[in-house]
Amino acid sequence: MQYSPKLIEHFRNPHNQGVIEDADAIGEKGNMKCGDIMKIYLKIGKRPFDSAQGDTKEDFIEDIKFETLGCAAAIATSSMLTDMAKGKTLDEALAIGKQDIVDELGGVPAPKFHCSVLAEAALKDAIEKYRAAK
Amino acid sequence: MNNIYFDHAATTSVDSRVFEAMKPYFCDDFGNSSSIHSFGQKAAEAVDKARDQVAKLLNCSIQEVVFTSGATEANNIAILGVLNRINGILPAYVTPYAKASGVKKTPAGRREPSTFTQVLVDKQYDKKVGHFITTKVEHPAVLEVYKKIEKMGHEVTFVEVDEKGVVKLDQLEAAIKDNTVLVSVMYANNEVGAVNPIKEIGRMIEKKKTARGADSLPLYFHTDAVQAINYLDTDVKELMVDFLAFSGHKVYGPKGIGVLYVRAGVKIDPLMQGGHQEWNLRPGTLNVPGIVGLGRAVELLQAEKAARVEHITTLKKALIEAIKQIDEVRIFSSENEGLPNVINVSFYRAEGESILMMLDMDGIAISTGSACSSGALEPSHVLMAMGIEKEWTHGSIRVSFGKDNTVTEVENFIEKIKPIVNRLREMAPEIR
Repeated sequence: MQYSPKLIEHFRNPHNQGVIEDADAIGEKGNMKCGDIMKIYLKIGKRPFDSAQGDTKEDFIEDIKFETLGCAAAIATSSMLTDMAKGKTLDEALAIGKQDIVDELGGVPAPKFHCSVLAEAALKDAIEKYRAAK
Repeated sequence: MNNIYFDHAATTSVDSRVFEAMKPYFCDDFGNSSSIHSFGQKAAEAVDKARDQVAKLLNCSIQEVVFTSGATEANNIAILGVLNRINGILPAYVTPYAKASGVKKTPAGRREPSTFTQVLVDKQYDKKVGHFITTKVEHPAVLEVYKKIEKMGHEVTFVEVDEKGVVKLDQLEAAIKDNTVLVSVMYANNEVGAVNPIKEIGRMIEKKKTARGADSLPLYFHTDAVQAINYLDTDVKELMVDFLAFSGHKVYGPKGIGVLYVRAGVKIDPLMQGGHQEWNLRPGTLNVPGIVGLGRAVELLQAEKAARVEHITTLKKALIEAIKQIDEVRIFSSENEGLPNVINVSFYRAEGESILMMLDMDGIAISTGSACSSGALEPSHVLMAMGIEKEWTHGSIRVSFGKDNTVTEVENFIEKIKPIVNRLREMAPEIR
């Protein structure tokens, strides 16, 4: 089992690690199998965009942070996911799949694939909670 | 960067004195120890010497020493060797039953099975012939063999351990039945260092054997002594074991060589066919340099054992004292009992593999028994059997010392692990 250099770099210096105190939504997922827990904090912003209906505003991920209890792959996939989601609209962020995260990291060892599943699920949980609360 | 190696339960370096002893047997004295000519005789002499060195360590005769490719093979030969033997002698026991139940058909796609296998595939077969006993915390080299045997239809009892990881003696004794043929209990556990009372078990089994009488099935006692060999008494007469397995690479010898002690008079069938080597139990040209290395390694071990134990015990004490100062930690290895070199410790809200990776970046090699370490997702079967809660098994790491580690290295480790655990805890969410 070997980790890609990019994964190790994300593990060593994770991006967007921490807490957003006034988060608009918090997603949380735990992996019962291996015991990893992932928490995603979202700050949702509004920005104008042109549409056929005229000027309107859309929700986007202004800031995102994570807290993860888990192995190197769990921490690195969390870090990678937050990088990928930042600045995206909620629909775009929802479209990020587990395989996309794995690809961005330059692959993860097969037994660690579930870590990316966890990251994807935690983000989806946060967005769904945000939308449900609106 | 000064690399610190704290993973001696995984493997040890080859002692330079061992390497020196092995050197001539690659390019110069390369003969096949089965050959009659002088090349062969030189190799045979070297093997004899090594066999004698092993026999001295185990207090057995040279005819009881079987060289194997390692402890995994040694354990397999013991367990499956007994099974094969039972298969061979059993038709006498089972034929009437097989006839009565009219089992003759070969299941589709299978080669013609032996009478015994045929009986096993018959669902009506009552599994009372050939019962096996082991513990829940064995190394996979034993545990997986038994799981396979169980799948083949044999009855296997997996005895529980207490909170320290030591086998429950009363449960073990109660598990022994009239048709029990083999009991396997590891001498010392590789993950937590718990030591089983092999001597006591040996005596208990001996009593059961005597009570059984001459015409009954055999009852053998097997111990996997891989982790114990460096530190504990391995006098097989004292232990009263029928089989004892260990490997070269855990005793500062080379990899790819191991030993199975088989008590004289014990009857097992070999797993492989192909040669007369190793008393017809393990065919194949002998790994002469490996055998020479293992022999020299156990010779050194015997001479230095007491000093090694004393030195390493000091390291263990120093480490445990220091680790106790860290918040929210649990030590799963017994402080005063158990192996002197293995310390299994868990840090709440810090995952084992992450600790391993960060320590590695700091030049320190340890191991983990946690879920994500080896590719297996399940938490350590040993910690689970000890009844440890999941949130604690998650952060478990194993430090295993060797003879060349120093107190300075232990201090260095402590200095490094504190910020690592803090950092991982900062990154982790609260556990609710």
